[in-house]
Amino acid sequence: MRTATAMALTAFVGASLVGCGGPAGKDAKNVTLTIAANAITGGKNAAEANWLTDYVIPRFVAAEKAKGVTAKVVFQPSGVDDEQYKTKLSLDLKARSGADVIDIDSIWIGEFAQAGYVKPLSELPGKAAEDWDGWKQMSSAAQDLVRFDDKRYAVPIGIDGRVLYYNKALFAKAGLGTDWQPKSWQEILDAGRKLKTLPGVTPIQLDAGTAMGEATTTQGVLPILAGAGAPLYAGGKWTGATAGMKDTLGLYRDIYQGGLGEPALQQEAKGRDKSFQEFADGKIGILGESDYFWRSVINPKGGTAPMADRDTAVGYALIPAQAPGKGLRGSDFVSYSGGSVRIINRNTKYPDQAFDLLAFMNSADAVKAGVDGAPKITARTDVNDEVLGGDPMLKFVADRVLAVTSFRPPLAVYPRVSLALQEATAAVVAGRSPDDAATAYQATLAEIVGGAANIAS
Amino acid sequence: MTAGAGPTMTRVRGRNTGAVAADQDAAGLGRWRAGLFVLPALVLIGVFLVLPALWTIYLGATDFQLTGTAAAQPRIVGMDNLLSVFSGGGFAGSLLLTLEYVVGSAVVGQAGLGLALAWVMRDRRGVLRRVVDAVVLLAWILPNSVVAFLWIALLDRDSGTLNALLGTPGFGWLLRYPMLSIIVFNIWRGTAFSQMLYSAALANVPRSQLETARLTGATPWRQLWDVVLPQIRGHVLTNLLLVSLWTFNDFTPFLLTAGGPDHRSETLPVFVYVTALTGGQLGLGAAISFVMLLVNLVIAFGYLRLLGRRKDGAA
Repeated sequence: MRTATAMALTAFVGASLVGCGGPAGKDAKNVTLTIAANAITGGKNAAEANWLTDYVIPRFVAAEKAKGVTAKVVFQPSGVDDEQYKTKLSLDLKARSGADVIDIDSIWIGEFAQAGYVKPLSELPGKAAEDWDGWKQMSSAAQDLVRFDDKRYAVPIGIDGRVLYYNKALFAKAGLGTDWQPKSWQEILDAGRKLKTLPGVTPIQLDAGTAMGEATTTQGVLPILAGAGAPLYAGGKWTGATAGMKDTLGLYRDIYQGGLGEPALQQEAKGRDKSFQEFADGKIGILGESDYFWRSVINPKGGTAPMADRDTAVGYALIPAQAPGKGLRGSDFVSYSGGSVRIINRNTKYPDQAFDLLAFMNSADAVKAGVDGAPKITARTDVNDEVLGGDPMLKFVADRVLAVTSFRPPLAVYPRVSLALQEATAAVVAGRSPDDAATAYQATLAEIVGGAANIAS
Repeated sequence: MTAGAGPTMTRVRGRNTGAVAADQDAAGLGRWRAGLFVLPALVLIGVFLVLPALWTIYLGATDFQLTGTAAAQPRIVGMDNLLSVFSGGGFAGSLLLTLEYVVGSAVVGQAGLGLALAWVMRDRRGVLRRVVDAVVLLAWILPNSVVAFLWIALLDRDSGTLNALLGTPGFGWLLRYPMLSIIVFNIWRGTAFSQMLYSAALANVPRSQLETARLTGATPWRQLWDVVLPQIRGHVLTNLLLVSLWTFNDFTPFLLTAGGPDHRSETLPVFVYVTALTGGQLGLGAAISFVMLLVNLVIAFGYLRLLGRRKDGAA
């Protein structure tokens, strides 16, 4: 009831906003643009927020002024969980309002495109986007991120990869040495059992449960499933309660029912943030995460759970397959990647200027300024060549992890499949058997994807 | 809900005193001009209450989604959503949790504690009274987000105040006892309303009657049961109606537990939110909302029947 009222109101207000007049078009002299990103000064992705307010906005305004255009650019910050950010954006776009240039996760492109919330760049703004010289500098993996149905919908920002982080001090104390690269799931469990002998230490944090949201799927289920040799979606079929799925949930059982992980962290509303803090405090031995963790969480400069001795105290390893050669495409190691991209709001009053801003934000100079002092793997190869050398961890991801990585299926039903996977891990964490959880998952999956015909089991 | 209450009460009164007669038209406006005066209010109710309710019913019959193809072209799926609401395990469990929440925190907790506080404090003046009033009221007027933050700080597993006081470090109250946590939370949060309403009601009980009861040797308990409660029965029912409906639709527990762990505190408003917004299934969410609306009407109807019976009895 309340939801419906809110929706009707949003639609109503949104419609009236779009109705406002004002000079628009290619040659407008007064332009107002808004940028939205899940970044906020002093909080989540603070470096990006600062870059937007301190570099992008003043420089872009100055550049426009030189062209005789008075531009007003506003940054609309957020600092919330990705799911909440996505919900907010979807409601904005549905109500035909929202920012003009929007940062999103590449995985949302498919469902936003199917909903008509975003148009191909070839239609909006059109030729200017096709002719943009920045494309030549974009890596092919990054270009794949922004394609849906063979059309470009966005400009890629960066790409990430997943690894296992480990605390070297704890490893040394447990007699595991400080140089660690597991080659099978068994070796992860063995290390976990040794870490368990240390008092007050949670050996392994493998994201699970619904409170962690998409992190559970990308950081946990999918890389593990890939290690069992199974893709989530292939040839029009979704993976159901296969042997690989049961093995995946079996690893969760070994960790969470075997005392190697902390179930409460997977159930709490803020469990993921808490797990970050515990890792930074030296209370977690092994933690699966993307390079985001390295850049934005335990980064001594501006991280949300900074570790002053990050570079020496934290090790990283490739995620091993169940056993060597058993991973997806016969690989020994696996990963999953996502990326961030920028889209243009289909309802923007200034599509051409919005793309100008987009091109400016993704120019070599701006991207370089954005990663100044806080390197990350950008979509631009020219910038990567220059900045990644200074950070061995990111170089490791760019060279070793992206070589074995996989991508999530960019389809509208994916988020619901992802939720079903999260539920399955939650069930195992709560003490149910992997077989039961897999059977329940397959039943839910059948409802989501339209019957058993679309499921590989 | 106010929309439903008005006509029902009028009808009840009408039944007692006979049909509306010309001598009751004190303003001399006549039916049509009187109607004209009511019209703006009716339009507002129509636009902001009836239309959204109808819109909810319509949405509930589609596969409308937040994103994806079904967001652009929703299809009519008829009763499918309602059927899956009732056949899926989530709804029944969530309804039970909601009833537990309403009975525990509103009916027993807020109304009971509110009456108890009002009764104990009825003759007190001075510092104690002012302190109790201030504390109770403070819990009521603070914004939800602030209150939720305070309670998370209180109940937190690692550095919570409660664990520090009890010497139970690492005990996850919100994880082990999610329902108990949000029930106690809501009692703390909402008792002020019941207490104030009952305080006002108790002030209206003729002191002579209480005096007589006391002189005949009635214990405080008998005074409350035999003298006070019959006098304030209408207040009690109105209060129960209001707090039950508020609590039934209360979304604040989401800020404490987010419905978890493992759906164990997922009351219906949270269930709708998770389905419609987090899960993106707006159509299904609307269908659940519609069922919630029906449950609300049943609760309201039940209380209004009781109120009506009271008036019939008094007439």
